[in-house]
Amino acid sequence: MIALLLIALLILGAASAAILSRNLIHSALLLVGAWAGIAAFYLWAGAEFVAFAQALVYVGAVSMVVLFAVLLTRQGATRAPVEYDSVKRAVFAFIVAGGVAGVLVGAIMGSPLQGHIASPTPAVSVKQLGLLLMGSYAPALLIVGVLLTVALLGAIVIAAEEKG
Amino acid sequence: MNLETLPLQLRNAIVDLFPPALQWFVHHLLTITVILTVFGLFFAFTTIAERKLLARLQNRLGPNRAGLPWFPKLKLWGITQPFADAIKAITKEDIVPAAADKVLHFLAPVLIVAFSLLGFAVLPFGRNLIPVELDAALLYFFAAGAATELAIFMAGWGSRNKYSLLAAMRALAQLISYELPLILSVVPVVMVCGTLSTKAIAAAQGGWTFGLLPHWHVFTPWGFAAFIIFLIATLAESNRSPFDLPEAESELIAGHLTEYSGFKYALFFMAEYFGLTALSGLGVTLFLGGWQAPCEFLQFIPSYLWFMIKLVGMIVFFIWVRGTLLRLRIDQLTRLSWKFLVPLALLNLGNGAFWALTPDWTGPLVLARWAISAAIVVVPFVLLGRRLTAGQAPRSYRYA
Repeated sequence: MIALLLIALLILGAASAAILSRNLIHSALLLVGAWAGIAAFYLWAGAEFVAFAQALVYVGAVSMVVLFAVLLTRQGATRAPVEYDSVKRAVFAFIVAGGVAGVLVGAIMGSPLQGHIASPTPAVSVKQLGLLLMGSYAPALLIVGVLLTVALLGAIVIAAEEKG
Repeated sequence: MNLETLPLQLRNAIVDLFPPALQWFVHHLLTITVILTVFGLFFAFTTIAERKLLARLQNRLGPNRAGLPWFPKLKLWGITQPFADAIKAITKEDIVPAAADKVLHFLAPVLIVAFSLLGFAVLPFGRNLIPVELDAALLYFFAAGAATELAIFMAGWGSRNKYSLLAAMRALAQLISYELPLILSVVPVVMVCGTLSTKAIAAAQGGWTFGLLPHWHVFTPWGFAAFIIFLIATLAESNRSPFDLPEAESELIAGHLTEYSGFKYALFFMAEYFGLTALSGLGVTLFLGGWQAPCEFLQFIPSYLWFMIKLVGMIVFFIWVRGTLLRLRIDQLTRLSWKFLVPLALLNLGNGAFWALTPDWTGPLVLARWAISAAIVVVPFVLLGRRLTAGQAPRSYRYA
């Protein structure tokens, strides 16, 4: 239980420091710290495979995307602006953020929680996980893949400048 | 007295000296200490071996003066040089640029060494010697290595020097480009063995044909191709020549390490060698049979010695490559990865799938299996190579 509290403290501390820091690079690196904390949480919960995948994807790859995006789009200015652009945007931002928070809190409150039963070996082996992903959950995996590809194409379309 | 289980007996003897409540802790502490000591010394002697071998390749003598402090007559061919180098690095002035981001500038070398050491935890060094047995060991290995990219970014950005930052971005571009072929070259092994556990993969390569020919993955068509791709990607991932352009000491004053001095600079090199050793160890485990002996009658040599012999062989091969090949340009480097290695690695993935689906082919079908598997690798290699080098090779060199 102490380990869980420490991990939660690490995640929350890193995440809040990331929001409060006015230096964008520091924010990005602290965010990586929060992701690493989430990986540690998965490890604590006995989900080895998910923990390593989280570290590989978020700490290794997504962090690079974030850092490259900050450096390439802001052209050296790494200070985040504090003030909002317009009242309308601020109101919408609060509505969206509040909505997401509401959905998340509702989902957490709605799910049944038992005490954590520590198991020395993961209950599901990597092989079973792979068979599940390639078998009954294959459509979900494919849909996620298509979604990410569409998002990537959308990002290219938005970022690409028309020439001539 | 059994040499094979000697390390385990020693460990158990030491662990039994402590009260039962502390035993698990001493057990793990001992494992960590042994790994740090063995691979710390391995790193030290890799540097001296590299300097000596490179010197010989360049028709020089290399360092041969360092002796022992109290016996000035005894030179020992200069093999105490790494310890002299360590003292030099520790006592050097540590300069931090005034404008630098002090925290990140300090954290970068610490993080890079810490993460480069994590990979050793899942390598099976012997039949019974594996520090941590994980079901998803391979995934752990690559997840642990992923954070070195962050450390390089921190080094470049924290130095507050535009050349450092540019060099760090180039280094990251290289690391990201070669991570893909590296991981793709490993996947066929996972497909054929049906497991991510390094211990099971090493064990799966046991057995000999006629007692002489080992069943290592490198001796199959898909394994050979994957091993070559793995070797090239390993060279690039650990910034070794011919892919050493992030540092390129003769052109770029060491890239993202420009603003580092003294022991912090040494730490980056330590991390580089640890990373190279860990990746070589993974290559040995996945393709060169891990701790398995090459012939049946050679099994009397303990398995951990076989692992170390193969590891040293890999390292010497990398030093040889460094002394032989020229540095690539950044465009050649990225072209090699994205246009050549990645497509070949993807095709080899199909090759691995074919091999995994046809283990029950017997008689003359075995020959067909090998021929088809070899064709899947060789034909695209030739076609792709011809296409990519069209108009570029053979080159003509003219004196100015």
